[in-house]
Amino acid sequence: MNEFMRKLLMLPPQASTLARSIDYLHYFVIITTMIGAAGVAALTLYFLIRYREGTGRDRNPPPDTRPHHARGGVSLWFELSVFGGLLALFVVWWIIGFSQFIRIAEPPPDSMTIYVVGKQWMWSFAYPHGAGSNGVLYVPAGRPVKLLMTSRDVIHSFYVPDFRLKTDVVPGRTTQLWFEVKEPGRHPVYCAEMCGPGHSEMRAEVIALADADYERMIQGLAQAQVAGPVQGLAIPFEAEPREPLSLAAMGQRVAAEAGCLRCHTVDGTPHIAPTWAGLYDAVIPLADGTQLIADAAYLTRSIMDPAAEIHRGFTNVMPSYQGILTAPQIGAIVEYIHSLRDVSRSPGEAPLPAPIQGTVPLVTPLEGTAPGEPRAAVPNSTGATP
Amino acid sequence: MSDHGPQSSAPRVGIQFQDLAKQEHAAHFGMWVFLGSELLLFAGLFGLYTAYRVKYAPEFAEAVHHNELWIGTTNVVILIFSSFTVAWAVHSLRRDRRRTTLWSLAITLVCGLLFLVFKGIEYGMHFQEGVFPGHHYAYKEMPGHGAQLFFTLYYFMTGLHALHMIGGLAVIGWVTARVARGRTTSAYPVPLVLGALYWHLVDSIWIFLWPMFYLTTS
Amino acid sequence: MTSYLTETTGIKSWLLTKDHKRIGLLFMIATALALILGGVFALLLRFELVNPGPDFMDGLTYNRMFTHHGIVMVFLFMVPVIPTVFGNFFLPMMLGAPDVAFPRLNLASFYVYCAGAVIVLASLWFGGVDTGWTFYTPYSTSSPTAVATAAFGVFVVGVSSILTGLNFIVTVHTLRAKNLKWMEMPLFVWAIYATAIIQVIATPVLGMSLTLVAVDHAWALGIFDPNMGGDPVLFQHLFWFYSHPAVYIMILPAMGVVSEVVCTFSHNRPSSYRAIAFSSLGIAFIGFLTWGHHMFVAGMSVLDVGIFGILSMFVAIFSAIKVFTWTITLKHGRIRFTTPMLYFFGFMFLFVFGGMTGVAVATSSLDVHWTDTYFVVAHFHFIMVGGTLTMYLAAIHYWFPKMFGRMYPERWGLVGATGVILGFIFTFTPQFLLGNAGMPRRYWTYPAEYQWLHVASTAGATILALGLVVTLGYLIWALFKGPRAERNPWDSRSYEWLAPTPPPVHNFEAPLEITRGPYDYHLPESP
Repeated sequence: MNEFMRKLLMLPPQASTLARSIDYLHYFVIITTMIGAAGVAALTLYFLIRYREGTGRDRNPPPDTRPHHARGGVSLWFELSVFGGLLALFVVWWIIGFSQFIRIAEPPPDSMTIYVVGKQWMWSFAYPHGAGSNGVLYVPAGRPVKLLMTSRDVIHSFYVPDFRLKTDVVPGRTTQLWFEVKEPGRHPVYCAEMCGPGHSEMRAEVIALADADYERMIQGLAQAQVAGPVQGLAIPFEAEPREPLSLAAMGQRVAAEAGCLRCHTVDGTPHIAPTWAGLYDAVIPLADGTQLIADAAYLTRSIMDPAAEIHRGFTNVMPSYQGILTAPQIGAIVEYIHSLRDVSRSPGEAPLPAPIQGTVPLVTPLEGTAPGEPRAAVPNSTGATP
Repeated sequence: MSDHGPQSSAPRVGIQFQDLAKQEHAAHFGMWVFLGSELLLFAGLFGLYTAYRVKYAPEFAEAVHHNELWIGTTNVVILIFSSFTVAWAVHSLRRDRRRTTLWSLAITLVCGLLFLVFKGIEYGMHFQEGVFPGHHYAYKEMPGHGAQLFFTLYYFMTGLHALHMIGGLAVIGWVTARVARGRTTSAYPVPLVLGALYWHLVDSIWIFLWPMFYLTTS
Repeated sequence: MTSYLTETTGIKSWLLTKDHKRIGLLFMIATALALILGGVFALLLRFELVNPGPDFMDGLTYNRMFTHHGIVMVFLFMVPVIPTVFGNFFLPMMLGAPDVAFPRLNLASFYVYCAGAVIVLASLWFGGVDTGWTFYTPYSTSSPTAVATAAFGVFVVGVSSILTGLNFIVTVHTLRAKNLKWMEMPLFVWAIYATAIIQVIATPVLGMSLTLVAVDHAWALGIFDPNMGGDPVLFQHLFWFYSHPAVYIMILPAMGVVSEVVCTFSHNRPSSYRAIAFSSLGIAFIGFLTWGHHMFVAGMSVLDVGIFGILSMFVAIFSAIKVFTWTITLKHGRIRFTTPMLYFFGFMFLFVFGGMTGVAVATSSLDVHWTDTYFVVAHFHFIMVGGTLTMYLAAIHYWFPKMFGRMYPERWGLVGATGVILGFIFTFTPQFLLGNAGMPRRYWTYPAEYQWLHVASTAGATILALGLVVTLGYLIWALFKGPRAERNPWDSRSYEWLAPTPPPVHNFEAPLEITRGPYDYHLPESP
């Protein structure tokens, strides 16, 4: 029955754990809607025919002297029952729908976190322990996964029809979406908020893998995607560490899990964000021309409100981690940065990010950019070059 | 509303109105509806200000502190006084004291111009420090987004208000000309009454902008 | 006997007229041009979508096409059309008045509309806009297209809307004929009145929001730019605070037309006058409280989602009250099945279905899947086209004799209406399925398995366009060659039919004395 309705209404496969119950509500609502509309139309047609001019059904009733009520009008009680019933039906829909929405909005506490960045016109994913991928989101089947998402530029929307889930991806904020995929499989991802000429091509894919396959896949990714030519930083995928970690080592792990290392290098190599090598207690120039010392307080503030005191020469693309990292985690990261204070920094400008391999767009990109590259050619109206 | 026709003070009743009283009533009603829509124009901006104030409370407070209180307060005093003079003009016209009416209107105009002059001086002071709206903001002593947003809203809202002030001056000027030529008299003072109402609106909006941008330092 | 059409001649007497009827006709021409332009954009979009890959447009052009389709249709046609054409023409007549309260302001609102329309079209000349008619930041403030021009143009058109609303509110309050009580005005007046309230309250907020976008685009204000500390979602709140009530601006006047058409052609008074009058006010009021349902996935709190969702359920009940009342009005009536009634029948199915899909999207969890997909596109087109456009066409036919003194050809009317209604159904029903399948809106290329639905939709659009072209054709013919109409060919009891056909310049030969109600079908026609 479920499959019949699903196919009739052209709904995609119910790949997430919530999809089926959402679809049941869908059937309830749509069937009622169709019956209601058809019923009104049928009743209208019936009256149009039955009371048409010349049938004689109108000739007999006396003039209607009741104020404001026509001949053949219905009693107030009947009307109130109809509207009361209709309102009750809508409220029932709302109750079911809202309780489902609450479940959609609140991830289970043991969810695995994956970071998502949407940017014109591609999706990037960062996994715990530092691995990353573009255009393909690898998730374990049978486990809840929580996506923490932000945008690098304009509003996008992360939409997986097979899961019946969608959340806008907003610059300057972190939004969230969670799901549990029932079985291994592939599911298309679309961008669902108008974001420019490449909007229709901003696609991705969720690949759900069985647990063992998943671990292998993530380990394979871990080596490749950390920022800069760093050796030996990828942390082996282990559920529990074999011995207690120092605070700095814990900070290193958190930094990898939280995706920091995708933009901050630790060996002095220039990249999207200031390198952590030699950063602690150094004098750094700020965007507004002043200078300050990058002490623990500054580093902590930068994690919570990155835009407030930006290092000169870098663009404001870092999302805030307020509410995402706990105080001990932030402290651990700061301690890790502290442990890198004697690593020498190399001078030089940060190069543009290299072209990223991933989904190839269906059409020729704007002149002057390679697939996936930011549109460096055209500065936006604020003068900033994206 | 009487405009063309013989230079007499006999007001003309539009064909759509049953009598002069109805026309006057309709004119008043229409003006109030219009004032309501003007209020809603600013309402969204007040909402924006509130939202950003909640988000950047300390920076906003500090930025308010930075604004020159004496200019803002002087402007409030000027405007309240000008509302008094324009009300006095209405009062005088109803008693056929044409000269008093004209003097009161002239003072109102001068007050409005003074307001704009002080506003201009204040903007100039801001520009010198590098306080510009939006992307061009360059005030070193208060870097950061909160202050930048505050001043952007400040420019936009006081700028929009100043545009309305200029419109108000045009209206008052037009009414003054009508009174001077004897076309608006106690028989049908509606143009002056409605012009004064508009002036009061412009004044009232400033009375809300004043605490938002000059008083609330904490 | 001269009428408002022939009393004065020459282009100046039309372009500088203060006669509300002539102004209504000026608006009729302007809005019809807007409908044609918006329709051409729509057809181009539909033809591009016949194949999954690019056909004759690139991505940027496609984005500009749907943006301008939306801007032109919403702001230059849907929002103004019924109030400025039929509200202007008939509001004073229905009140027994010789004109609106402020005739010169009325003419001014026409020219302000024209100025705004010219500015919007100028933005096309400067490269168009590709943000969607919703202008979401920060894309709208950084898009390298003519955003500032288009946003400013919409602002100017909004001023025209406010002036019209203001004029109508004052007219209803102050120009009713001597014995005409509020509860004896034709129901179309209540609809226009409720619409005017929304116009005056909501439009300034849109004007301000779009001005912010225009200034931001031109001079980098950064109010909604996260790089400068701004919050892009705040724009959405401001935008939808107007744009949700705006949809009621678009549907309420059409509902007013339904009331008139149903009562006249079933020769019966409404089964509950109060229900219709007060539900119009109810829609206007609650309509201001539901804007957040456009933002369920935009990052609002769960509590907000719940509140906006439940409030949205209430607004639907008012529409249900009207539908119910209209249906019962047919009972024991003496019904003539004319072209306006065929449009009414189409309305009853399309509006009810579209409206209930509105309740469906307000059911928060379902909207997570449906929002920003073709499901929503289908939903609002069912209401806008299936609701407002059908009743706009019904209004043209219903009041054609009064306005022009001629009758339209009834058989052609039924043909045109059938084409419009069937064409519409075939255009937009596949889009519900596309939305269910997961096709996002504003997509220029799409997965190949959706193609058959797009082909069906385009076929429907072609039929719809043909129906409209046929309608336009015979209406223009009827203007010059249609048989002369008598004063009250439909035997209606509404007050505008007491005037001569076509009416003289000041509507009635002598000041109207109201001695009966507008739906007193149990009494003979002459007062």
